[in-house]
Amino acid sequence: MKTTFPATAEAPRVTSGTRALRYVQKSSFEILRYVILLFVAAVILTPILFGILGGAKENGQLVGDPVNIIPSPWVFSNYTNVLFGANSGAFYQELLNSVMVAVVAVGLTVGLASLAAFTFARMMFRGREFFYTLFTLGLLFPAAAAILPLVILLREVGLSGSLLGVALPQVAFGFPLTIVILRPFFKSIPTELEDAAKIDGCSTFGFFWRILLPLARPALATVSVLAVVGTWNAFLLPLLVLDNANTWTLPLGAMNFKGQFSSDQALTLAYTVMTAVPAIIFYIFAERQLVSGLTAGSVKG
Amino acid sequence: MSAASAASARPRERSRIQTKWVTITLFLLPALAIYVLFVLYPVVQAAHYSLYKWDGLQPLNNFIGLQNYADAIQNPIFQGAIANNALIIVLSLLIQIPFSLMLAVLLNRRFPGRAIFRLIFFLPYVLSEAVTGIIFLLMLQSGGSDPFLTALMKNVGLGSFAQDWLGDTGFVMVTLFFIVSWKYFGFHMIILLAGLQGIPREIEEAALIDGAGRWQAFRHVTLPLLGPTLRVSVFLSMIGALQLFDLVWIMTRGGPLDSSDTMAVLMIQAGSYDQKMGYGSALAVILFVLGLILALAYQRFVLSRDLEGGTTAFNG
Repeated sequence: MKTTFPATAEAPRVTSGTRALRYVQKSSFEILRYVILLFVAAVILTPILFGILGGAKENGQLVGDPVNIIPSPWVFSNYTNVLFGANSGAFYQELLNSVMVAVVAVGLTVGLASLAAFTFARMMFRGREFFYTLFTLGLLFPAAAAILPLVILLREVGLSGSLLGVALPQVAFGFPLTIVILRPFFKSIPTELEDAAKIDGCSTFGFFWRILLPLARPALATVSVLAVVGTWNAFLLPLLVLDNANTWTLPLGAMNFKGQFSSDQALTLAYTVMTAVPAIIFYIFAERQLVSGLTAGSVKG
Repeated sequence: MSAASAASARPRERSRIQTKWVTITLFLLPALAIYVLFVLYPVVQAAHYSLYKWDGLQPLNNFIGLQNYADAIQNPIFQGAIANNALIIVLSLLIQIPFSLMLAVLLNRRFPGRAIFRLIFFLPYVLSEAVTGIIFLLMLQSGGSDPFLTALMKNVGLGSFAQDWLGDTGFVMVTLFFIVSWKYFGFHMIILLAGLQGIPREIEEAALIDGAGRWQAFRHVTLPLLGPTLRVSVFLSMIGALQLFDLVWIMTRGGPLDSSDTMAVLMIQAGSYDQKMGYGSALAVILFVLGLILALAYQRFVLSRDLEGGTTAFNG
């Protein structure tokens, strides 16, 4: 093979000139790295700051002098309006609805998927791979294709317009990824542990509940966090199912607020930003689980 | 073993097998029932409804065969929507994924500030489409003078590049693509970063010692090893682009003049707003079939290479 550079390991004496050149190359690469990263960070943060600071502006400044991103003067009435004032009732109702959907959906997704993943990971039976493949199919096709008949189905079973009508389908849509992540994790727990538990008189469910689930806590945290993000941000299903303003979740509330208060852009921004606050707080605390979840789901899936 | 104990073992064996099946049923059935009812059954129903002219409310009795499909395929608006989905897919592959890969490479080594950058880049992923859509809408379109982005570009001397971001029928899809990328590049970056972290550093260093340049080492050593992760990322990006809905619905609702329609937008518009449930269901089936073809072809021609080739870096 043709070598362009003298290999470092074989060159006993590197002249100070090359060393300096390398140093310059290396540090200029470092500078370039920071320049690119800072630029991208600015592109990411600009809309977020535009939203947060825009909510603290007067409409005159927001529309008339948009470039000046710092509010002048600072106005907090928009945020206090959302949190304590005229629009706080709708905001807290939507927050409560979102929390309820998330709790039910995440609890059922993780609970029922754990049980199913357990049979796929630790039991031998005819049809096991067939059913597993059936679940993984859900990762392959666009879920939106099921949405219209789903809405009709919900109407027929009397779940239309209810939060449960949003939560249950989200549970179903959450199964494929959750099961795909949990199965290998459950598989990796040694058989000896199960045998020992059985000898000590543990039933299958006892082993699942008292030994396997506690051991799988990191994986459960990971799939829970993924499920939270999925249900919390859901838009299409709530849009079609929740027709009454009392049942709206935060994303729907934000969109309708925008339509209703289109002339008051600063207030719209304040409301929108406030609907994002729970997600941002959650993200700061759960970033690690979220990252490890996506990693497990995509790299090992 | 005596005959007596062998005979008594058999019923015990049978009851053990019974217990096993009871356990399997109790464990598997709840998830399976919910999944079949809310995911698989609706897909089958979509195929069923698509054969009728139906408003979604009256009895289902006006069978028209494949007419809805014929209508859809001949409809220039639907053709435009397919072209828009295809455009997003192509732009994602050409711009979004390479960009995410570049950032993953930049974040692959330890350096001061790395955790903060990662935190920032991934942040848009947890913001809802609604929040993203509304903020960008107000940045790109304002009631009064120039919207924020246009004014900003004029301020730094790039005013000639400014567009009517969401109002120009020729540019609106490009705008939407960049917003989708803003929200999702961090997701791809995280996946690719994890893939990079899984490649032993020694391999690339060995290439460097053997005299390869940095780019050569990346192109011929790291990139092939990253292949499986990259293909997963590409696949997720394509499936996502195929069913693009939320951002478009919130920001343009397919406009102006149907220039930013996607298949999912037309499907929802027809089924839930125009009382054309049969036609909407046909669009759902087309979307489903396109997605499945994409998935199967991808698995057959691209992902299967990972199983055959020796470069399967991550299989456990």
